[in-house]
Amino acid sequence: MFPVREAQTLAPDVVRLVVEAPRVARYQHPGQFVIVRVREGGERIPLTIAGADAEAGTITLIIQAVGLTTRLLCTLQPGQAILDVTGPLGAPSEVGYEGRVAVVAGGVGSAIAYPRAAALARAGNELVTILGARTADLLTLEDELASVSASLRVVTDDGSRGRRGLVTDVLADDVEAAAAGIAPLDLVLTAGPVPMMGAVADVTRPHGIPTVASLNPLMVDGTGMCGGCRVQVAGATAFACVDGPEFDAHQVDFALLHRRNQAYRDQERAAAEAAQAAAEAAQAEAEADDGCAATQPQPRPTLREAR
Amino acid sequence: MSSTSPSGRTRKERMALPRVEPREHDATERAASFCEVDLGLDWEGAQLEADRCLQCVRPRCIEGCPVGIRIDAFLGKVAEGDIDGAAQIIFDDSSLPAVCGRVCPQESQCEATCVLAKKDKPIAIGQLERYVADAARAHAPPAQRVTPDPDGGSAAIVGSGPAGLACAADLAQAGHEVTVYEALHDLGGVLAYGIPQFRLPRDVLRAEINRLAELGVRFETNAPIGQAEGVDDLLAEHDAVFLGVGAGVPRFLNVPGEDLVGVSSANEFLTRVNLMEAHRPDADTPLPQVAGRRVLVFGGGNTAIDAVRTALRLGAAEATICYRRSEEQMPARVEEIRHAREEGAQFALLTNPVELLDDGTGALAGARLQRMELVEPDDGGRARPKPIPGSEHEVPADLAVVAVGNEPNPLLRRAAPDLERTSRGTIAVDEETGATSKPRVYAGGDIVTGGATVILAMGAGRRAAASMDREIRAAKSGAA
Ligand SMILES: Cc1cc2nc3c(=O)[nH]c(=O)nc-3n(C[C@H](O)[C@H](O)[C@H](O)COP(=O)(O)OP(=O)(O)OC[C@H]3O[C@@H](n4cnc5c(N)ncnc54)[C@H](O)[C@@H]3O)c2cc1C
Ligand SMILES: Cc1cc2nc3c(=O)[nH]c(=O)nc-3n(C[C@H](O)[C@H](O)[C@H](O)COP(=O)(O)OP(=O)(O)OC[C@H]3O[C@@H](n4cnc5c(N)ncnc54)[C@H](O)[C@@H]3O)c2cc1C
Ligand code: SF4
Ligand code: SF4
Ligand code: FES
Repeated sequence: MFPVREAQTLAPDVVRLVVEAPRVARYQHPGQFVIVRVREGGERIPLTIAGADAEAGTITLIIQAVGLTTRLLCTLQPGQAILDVTGPLGAPSEVGYEGRVAVVAGGVGSAIAYPRAAALARAGNELVTILGARTADLLTLEDELASVSASLRVVTDDGSRGRRGLVTDVLADDVEAAAAGIAPLDLVLTAGPVPMMGAVADVTRPHGIPTVASLNPLMVDGTGMCGGCRVQVAGATAFACVDGPEFDAHQVDFALLHRRNQAYRDQERAAAEAAQAAAEAAQAEAEADDGCAATQPQPRPTLREAR
Repeated sequence: MSSTSPSGRTRKERMALPRVEPREHDATERAASFCEVDLGLDWEGAQLEADRCLQCVRPRCIEGCPVGIRIDAFLGKVAEGDIDGAAQIIFDDSSLPAVCGRVCPQESQCEATCVLAKKDKPIAIGQLERYVADAARAHAPPAQRVTPDPDGGSAAIVGSGPAGLACAADLAQAGHEVTVYEALHDLGGVLAYGIPQFRLPRDVLRAEINRLAELGVRFETNAPIGQAEGVDDLLAEHDAVFLGVGAGVPRFLNVPGEDLVGVSSANEFLTRVNLMEAHRPDADTPLPQVAGRRVLVFGGGNTAIDAVRTALRLGAAEATICYRRSEEQMPARVEEIRHAREEGAQFALLTNPVELLDDGTGALAGARLQRMELVEPDDGGRARPKPIPGSEHEVPADLAVVAVGNEPNPLLRRAAPDLERTSRGTIAVDEETGATSKPRVYAGGDIVTGGATVILAMGAGRRAAASMDREIRAAKSGAA
């Protein structure tokens, strides 16, 4: 069991948890993630390690509720615990000095991008951050990202905060400025919805600006065993859980990733609805046995017992 | 050797007895259930079957068992009615007999070399081993925690598959402190996530693992060694380290369309069902809809057969094994092939996929297959499948499961980059001792051999345990 130490609501449906996970806290590096299983019968889902305190043995997770498991996580309070936390998983990010770096995050991508952004800032890079969401309520980690960035621009689909439009509209301006020699852009880091990351790659590709995407395929084990997280990068299969999750965005087949991430959409929706309905009854069900006992042969008593 | 057995039957009478076959869960009933298919022998059957054993002076059966279980001796005990005695003999050489009795490919191991195999009815050694293990378990008192040996040391085992468990059992029994580190949240390796419950019920596996816990073995789940602490970290805390991390990385077919929605590796499909229990209504893990669908499984090993039988249990309308060689060459246990057929699996033998077809939305619509013929290889090895020109044809399918083998687990490359490896990526070891190129580090199981069998992995774990025990003790007495 991995006890929750702190729970804080950052925005509607976005929660920051501090969880006791000494092994992860001790060995993690920026860019790595954990896989958690909330309860018996629960699924395994990946979450970025947003921070760690090796001494206290804790890690920070930032979770956006999008479906059943993330919703459950967002209800946890100090004193409760997560059943399993496995990690650190994935390859650590390279965080050296690049110069001027654009961090482009959308939706839950801000949670994924934040630890890498903070590490890049510590390494002396100048961060120009672009944060997007459908609407103002869904903007997450704005203050945290602002605190590590030289500038932070907010974009919403509906114009309820910041500029109206898409993150790529702002990025396109930056790229143009770079091309005109006004302000350089040495690296772009992007995390968020797959179509957004694809669009970011399309904006920077013609100018050859190095662009790294943190991919979020569906995962099961996170140890390279199932191949469920496979992505196509530069025409070859890679397993995001061991080879990634970060890849050269110019080489990623985003259309394929998008399709594969939708594979269970109907089941996930049904599961979330069912869970809502049966939240209380579930625990007792989970204990139910497999009903096979009746078909097992009863071995005869051994000599020792018969005597 | 006496010519009459405890039953009073003469040798001739015993040789005339038919082989006792286990009871099986009815094929139509079981096809919809995850309950165990093979119900094993009952007491009368077990005794009768053991009585058929000729108690050979040179028991050939033992030569066929990779860990050399004293088969004649334990069969003799069963015939006498002494199950505890039989269990003791088996446990001398195997720490997971209830598992091996169920999953060993006996027909190519112990039962293949039994002298009665010539007459086509070898002793049902696997069934009897399983019977003894089940009966002994049902009545055994909890295992006694072994008191730590003051001259013993501490050992770290990485991976909780059969190799790691067997190694842990022996080291604990020898009085060492043993900690098993497992990356997943549950123990057993392939026994937990790969082999389905209808072949290996979870309570059988759990009981065997509990016995190790009772012996004093510590288990740490959620511990991906190499991602978290590395082998050098473990060496700082333990006297010796055993790597039993398996060959867990699925191979794919390398044909177009393999990333379509609806195509998964057998590892993924089986893990969702076995480890995550995604088929249960109360489980959170999603599973592709199988009920009413057409499922194609590529491969011919145990993994492929497990996948096809799992698909049938989930209600597949059609489930077909697509294998590029012929049935005789399928590596799966013959028993499982028969069971699969009884349950309604179809077999497209000597066929190979050349492309998986897109339905236009990025999901699987079917496969383009080609027929194969077997040709004699130039070097005299196994017959090789060769495509028949012009034989390409398309079949519809909603789901495809790829079960064409596994490669060495990658996490450890980070854990111990300095370990010597073979050209296949497996860890190089001294076969007798299991020692790797790195001092105090041993390895065994699929990570050394590539995908093999449970009993071979266990045997390797036990050989390594013996050398680790020697090395730890030598180091202690040298230091003293
Ligand atoms: C390496 C990695 C790091 C991640 N880090 C974080 C993090 O720090 N914080 C965080 O909140 N989330 C993170 N995610 C995403 C998170 O894992 C998913 O949101 C979660 O698995 C959804 O599970 P669920 O049961 O709540 O929702 P589900 O019921 O599974 O899904 C609900 C909806 O979300 C979509 N969805 C499901 N999985 C994903 C996914 N992996 N990416 C995008 N959409 C998805 C579904 O298609 C569906 O529409 C990360 C993902 C990866 C791969
Ligand atoms: C579906 C299927 C069916 C099979 N059926 C049969 C059968 O009927 N009969 C038979 O004899 N054989 C069968 N086999 C083969 C047999 O299961 C394997 O040969 C055997 O399990 C190998 O054992 P192992 O201990 O080497 O590794 P595994 O069983 O693979 O266990 C390795 C364990 O190590 C863990 N691990 C990996 N890396 C790390 C790390 N870095 N840190 C911590 N833990 C780690 C893994 O999570 C896993 O739990 C089957 C295999 C499959 C996949
Ligand atoms: S361990 Fe396997 S090969 Fe050995 S006797 Fe038992 S069933 Fe046969
Ligand atoms: S070879 Fe067959 S008959 Fe002979 S001892 Fe072994 S099991 Fe018995
Ligand atoms: S999540 Fe299973 S291989 Fe990556």
